[in-house]
Amino acid sequence: MAEFTMPSLGADMEEGTLSQWLVHPGDRVARGDVIAVVETAKSAIEVECFESGTVDTLLVDEGTTVPVGTPLARIGTTSESRPTADLSPSTPLVRRLAQDRHVDLAALHGSGPGGRITRADVEHAEPEPKPEHDKTTGLSEPTHTATARQQGTEPGRRKRSRGGAEASTPTARPPRPVHSDDPAGERQAPQRVRSSPLARRLATELGIDIAEVTGTGRGGTVRAEDVRSATAAGDAARPAVPNVARAATARLMSRSKREIPHFYLSTTVDMAAALEWMHARNHELPLSGRLVPAALLFKAVALAARKVPELNGHWVDDDFVPAEDVRLGVAVSLRGGGLAAPALAHADALTVAEMMATLRDLVARTRGGRLRASETADPSLTVTNLGDQGVEAVFGVVYPPQVALVGLGRIVERPVAVNGLLGVRPVVTATLSADHRAADGATGARLLTTMDRLLQRPEEL
Amino acid sequence: MSTRTRPRAHPDDDTTTYREALREGLREALASDDRVFLMGEDVGRYGGCFGVSLGLLEEFGPDRVRDTPLSESAFVGAGIGAALAGMRPVVEIMTVNFSLLALDQILNNAATLRHMSGGQLGVPLVIRMTTGAGRQLAAQHSHSLEGWYAHIPGLRVLAPATIDDARHVLSAALDDPDPVLLFEHGSLYNAAGTLDPAVQQVDLDRAAVRREGTDVTVVAYGGCVSKALEAAEELAGEGISAEVVDLRTLRPLDDATFVGSVRRTHRAVVVDEGWRSGSLSAEIESRICEQAFFELDAPVERVCSAEVPIPYARRLEEAALPQPAGIAAAARRVVS
Repeated sequence: MAEFTMPSLGADMEEGTLSQWLVHPGDRVARGDVIAVVETAKSAIEVECFESGTVDTLLVDEGTTVPVGTPLARIGTTSESRPTADLSPSTPLVRRLAQDRHVDLAALHGSGPGGRITRADVEHAEPEPKPEHDKTTGLSEPTHTATARQQGTEPGRRKRSRGGAEASTPTARPPRPVHSDDPAGERQAPQRVRSSPLARRLATELGIDIAEVTGTGRGGTVRAEDVRSATAAGDAARPAVPNVARAATARLMSRSKREIPHFYLSTTVDMAAALEWMHARNHELPLSGRLVPAALLFKAVALAARKVPELNGHWVDDDFVPAEDVRLGVAVSLRGGGLAAPALAHADALTVAEMMATLRDLVARTRGGRLRASETADPSLTVTNLGDQGVEAVFGVVYPPQVALVGLGRIVERPVAVNGLLGVRPVVTATLSADHRAADGATGARLLTTMDRLLQRPEEL
Repeated sequence: MSTRTRPRAHPDDDTTTYREALREGLREALASDDRVFLMGEDVGRYGGCFGVSLGLLEEFGPDRVRDTPLSESAFVGAGIGAALAGMRPVVEIMTVNFSLLALDQILNNAATLRHMSGGQLGVPLVIRMTTGAGRQLAAQHSHSLEGWYAHIPGLRVLAPATIDDARHVLSAALDDPDPVLLFEHGSLYNAAGTLDPAVQQVDLDRAAVRREGTDVTVVAYGGCVSKALEAAEELAGEGISAEVVDLRTLRPLDDATFVGSVRRTHRAVVVDEGWRSGSLSAEIESRICEQAFFELDAPVERVCSAEVPIPYARRLEEAALPQPAGIAAAARRVVS
């Protein structure tokens, strides 16, 4: 049994609010599945699960705020549960039977093919005690045990003895006929939801209670479309993320300026070669794949970070810990104020085109508040690009516990002396803000000049 | 290979009929393989009960195109014997109704010999017959019993629905080392169209998607494929996108194709000119439920013939058979 805990979605995060569960007890989850939405100070983040198995218990209710590290759910790992990651809805007969017997299907472990819950599983399950019987719980427990024992020792007479035992069990209802065409059965279970198998499967996948969905099919049958529109309505009705991003940024930046002795470097990079190369590439690319200068600049920063590992990492316990790969933080301004800096994993290994696509996607999802937890995990070096805002240079504040931040300004045409001649060239001002505890000016200069050199040979980016 | 060119029914253009396409297939088989011969009632002098073999007697002579007595059991049995002896007989039985007289030969001999001889004896026999209604020929000439044959292991059962399939089905059937039954829907013989020169053979193992769609899968075969396509056209006007799957082979069923289609559309209508009870449509619906139950967004609908002997009177006959309007109505029920 593994514990799923409130993740730390950033160095400054101390607590988080579990805003939505995307799974129910009994659901099978695989490593990497998104199973919950957590609201941090910055945005709502979809959190992935790191185990494969079956969700056993949800320990924290939606809307609860808990400190980082608090167990949120227990997950039965693969070895102790069914091997399949396939979501297996139950058959109509099993659902009817479970309803008649007041058995919670979600709590059952299926023994059928692919982990499907069979009729026998329901028949052998203990009915869920009703609240009005709480007083008799002490009595009903031993009765059930007796029932189980009786069933176990007298397999030949199981059918009859089960009926008898059940009738004497205070928590059990008298058995009902299970013929689907039996009109009496239909009347006795008015709350049963008519739904198509596909709708039921979708509801399971989307974590929707099908009883809450209004069916528009024949005879009020819930169809796939109804489930989908219920999800859409649910999304629209979700409460807006409270705007506390400003406060979080304030807290983090105060800490940075309080703790980190900053130093700043600045250099001007000739972008003529890079832009010429980019325009040539764009002639060959479809409109949707066209590059913008930011993709080249970010790629150059990522490669420079790999070549100057002294600035790619974190300051932990009075010591610098270099990062194993380049997780490039991308500072994104949020609508309504505040900043977020999601991480681009293995940024140095992406091609420029991949960088372009990833960047576009990441920025859109950051602003839409749909980041994945893995993307919020600590970047190793952050870039802030204010070029599109029209400024020529930005001297940023290091995001703790990182030790450096690269600032990029607007690409502007300037008279530049090249090889003794004056020409008009596109240039960009790249700056470095760094933590003086971790590095000195020379190291910082190496990062900026490496970046400059890389941008002069854009075809090698 | 014969160099004779024969006049076409439509000399002015490239159109051909289902009947002519079958005849071309037969001519090609007779011309390219000496072991192939055609026999059946009236296939020679009369040119075949439905005119499929018209002219072949003159072209290939009485040894290759043989008229037989009115005894289905005898000439099907003779065909089985000839096949065992190394020939490649094509036997024509006028309609599926009469084939019941030869059922003993087909089921007890042709279909079983491979198994009972431990694989030593194959029966490379092709039996052609007409099936289906729609031409006011009354009950004894109008039934659709191909589903019964599709029940029998050891047989391959084909139902070409298009002119291209009719043209090329025979050579594929003759390539099969075991008995193949070919069901030609009577209402298709006059269907006209242009042969696709790109099609040079048919794949007997695969059903064909005749029209792509996203909302509902309509499974049909033989004479009902065109009705299903007509229904799909009508539905398209209402914004319902129907995918039409032509089974082509009724045994073995290519369930991967139609179940795959249902997995995409989540709804299914099965069209079968046979009677509903115990029909091929029941088998198809059952396989959909077995393999794609959790993909279904509505119960599977079936459009079959009324469970009566097919009537003679035109309006009654029309009412008894699956029609485009009924198929479209079933599709509307599953999508709404």
